[in-house]
Amino acid sequence: MSALFSAGPVREALISDLIVVLVLALFLAAGWAARRNEIWREALVGVLRRRRYSVLVLSLYVFVALLDSVLWVGGAHSVTSTGADKVALQEARSPLDRAFADSSEKSYSAPLSRVEFYDVSALARPGSHVFGTNVLGQDVLYLTIKGARVALLIGGLTSLIAIPLALFFGILAGYFGGRIDDVVFFVMSTLVSMPGILLLIALIMALGQSTFSVCVALGVTSWVGFCRLARGETMKLRELDFVAAARSLGVKDRVILVRHILPNLMHLVVITFVLMFSGLVLSEATLAWLGIGVNGSWGQMIAQAKDELSRDPIVWWNVVAAGAALFVLLLAVNRVGDALRDVFDPRTRGEKL
Amino acid sequence: MALEVEGLTTEFPLGDRRVPIVDDVSFVLPEGRCLALVGESGSGKSMTALSLLRLVPRPGRVTRGSIRLGGRELRHLSVPEIRHVRGHKLAMIFQEPQTSLNPVVRVGEQVTEAILLHERIGRGEARKRALGLFERVGIPEPGARFDYYPHQLSGGLKQRVMISMALSMRPEVLIADEPTTALDVTIQAQILALLRDLQGEFGMSILLITHDLGVVNQLADEVLVLYAGRVVEKAATNQLLSQPLHPYTRGLLDSLPGRRRPGERLYEIQGVVPSPLDWPRGCRFCTRCPEVFEPCAEQTPPLEAFSSEQSAACHARHRERPGT
Repeated sequence: MSALFSAGPVREALISDLIVVLVLALFLAAGWAARRNEIWREALVGVLRRRRYSVLVLSLYVFVALLDSVLWVGGAHSVTSTGADKVALQEARSPLDRAFADSSEKSYSAPLSRVEFYDVSALARPGSHVFGTNVLGQDVLYLTIKGARVALLIGGLTSLIAIPLALFFGILAGYFGGRIDDVVFFVMSTLVSMPGILLLIALIMALGQSTFSVCVALGVTSWVGFCRLARGETMKLRELDFVAAARSLGVKDRVILVRHILPNLMHLVVITFVLMFSGLVLSEATLAWLGIGVNGSWGQMIAQAKDELSRDPIVWWNVVAAGAALFVLLLAVNRVGDALRDVFDPRTRGEKL
Repeated sequence: MALEVEGLTTEFPLGDRRVPIVDDVSFVLPEGRCLALVGESGSGKSMTALSLLRLVPRPGRVTRGSIRLGGRELRHLSVPEIRHVRGHKLAMIFQEPQTSLNPVVRVGEQVTEAILLHERIGRGEARKRALGLFERVGIPEPGARFDYYPHQLSGGLKQRVMISMALSMRPEVLIADEPTTALDVTIQAQILALLRDLQGEFGMSILLITHDLGVVNQLADEVLVLYAGRVVEKAATNQLLSQPLHPYTRGLLDSLPGRRRPGERLYEIQGVVPSPLDWPRGCRFCTRCPEVFEPCAEQTPPLEAFSSEQSAACHARHRERPGT
């Protein structure tokens, strides 16, 4: 599971996922904006005050994802028990991989069990698997934690595709109206009129199955809602006096769009980003269930665990671990999103929630 | 630089018809003077101003007439040229200071950007000049207010910021679209005094758009009364206020409190302004006019000069008025 944007492991090189770094950069940008600008500071402080634990949980996810997205080759390789193989030595591994190196068993074992689940033979590391091990004997806790990076990747990369797309077309359509509006609206209506899941599957089939293509497909199918919102909001802003005032001072349309329209849409971008994020992670889980998800995602873990649920005795820890991780992330994201919406909504501003 | 407008007509398509919202409006605004456009809501005052800047909202269009600023025709300028004229030669301030400033940008920044728009100077220099303007338009503690957001300023201060922005490029003509309507009376007086001072100091002309005859009295040298898109009377301010010729102007003046004795009922002009779709064929005021007679409904009265300082468009001025 090497980094998305690395062209293959480079000896001793440090590699990391651009997207997870970008998500982190987004957090930092929010902090920086808050330092410079009272409006954002108020918003950030408001969210922090209302959703202290959700923000904490989110930060934890981002931190864990970051732990798994920084990779390098070399370092102490303690796979000597199986005989260090030459290929493994060339593999770039994250701090997380290193921490869980050598945690493999031969097959299923229940959480914190000292013996294997079916043949009751002794484990290599009894009692150390908090969430048990899966069919291949991999530590489920390890896989679950690794899923955080994949989830952020899906949510982050897809939003980064969908939101700029939606903003671009929404603002153009809303500001200029007429022909441009007709064309954009036609494209949006066409996209919406197709069953989403069918379009997703078709796109992923066409693009080939990879993390990137899943994100592109999700992005292409999910920008319409925000585009419509951005278009409507732009139409409203366009009629306001400060746009007329800017025009009467001889400001170019391009500058009006960037200086006057876009900054007034930023609160919507933030809210949409957060709310869209959880929807996208969930969509990926749906795709994974259909067998076209992203490798290593929680959706995939759940999909793989579906047969195990029908066994007797039941193998439940896979699906519970992945489901819980997904649930907690989505809950935290949604709660932060709600708080953001409240903070930016002048009608509920100042209310204690 | 004088602003000369001749036969300005701005039309909006409505169904299969084109309705002239501004119909054959002509005036001259000499350098350093103040001309007021007066009329009710929907009389075409604001549309006239927007036509001058070529900012008529779609699908409206200026279809006839000429707009000359210092002898240069503005109607056929290219887009970059007209953009240069906006702000640089013709600047505008708007009615609602609450919405005329970008809510998410600091006010000082907005004025600085306006300065940088047309001048090649450094940011620091522009900032310094913006601060000077803040001081000039009477913003107390300009240094501190510079970093405020619009919602942190009062309406009067916002209007002052707007004025400083409009002045930033030292325009030849300032179009003030109801600059005091949204402000309370004491602030109104201050803003009017400020405009008068600035007019003298910068030597600019002001095109004042208002429905408040008190404001007209304080600021304007000449008045243009608009009704349903047409000029009905044009006169020097004193002349108009003391001896209105058109029945509409007279009605407006009579409806002011203070013209009647205390206790007496105020005059009102009967009826409402007709919608542009049912404008009468002749004089557009004929449905509400107390002096209406035969030609009014059929023939459009031309704007005629009755003295060197006053002209009006009214058929009734040509017949013996009963009772006088």
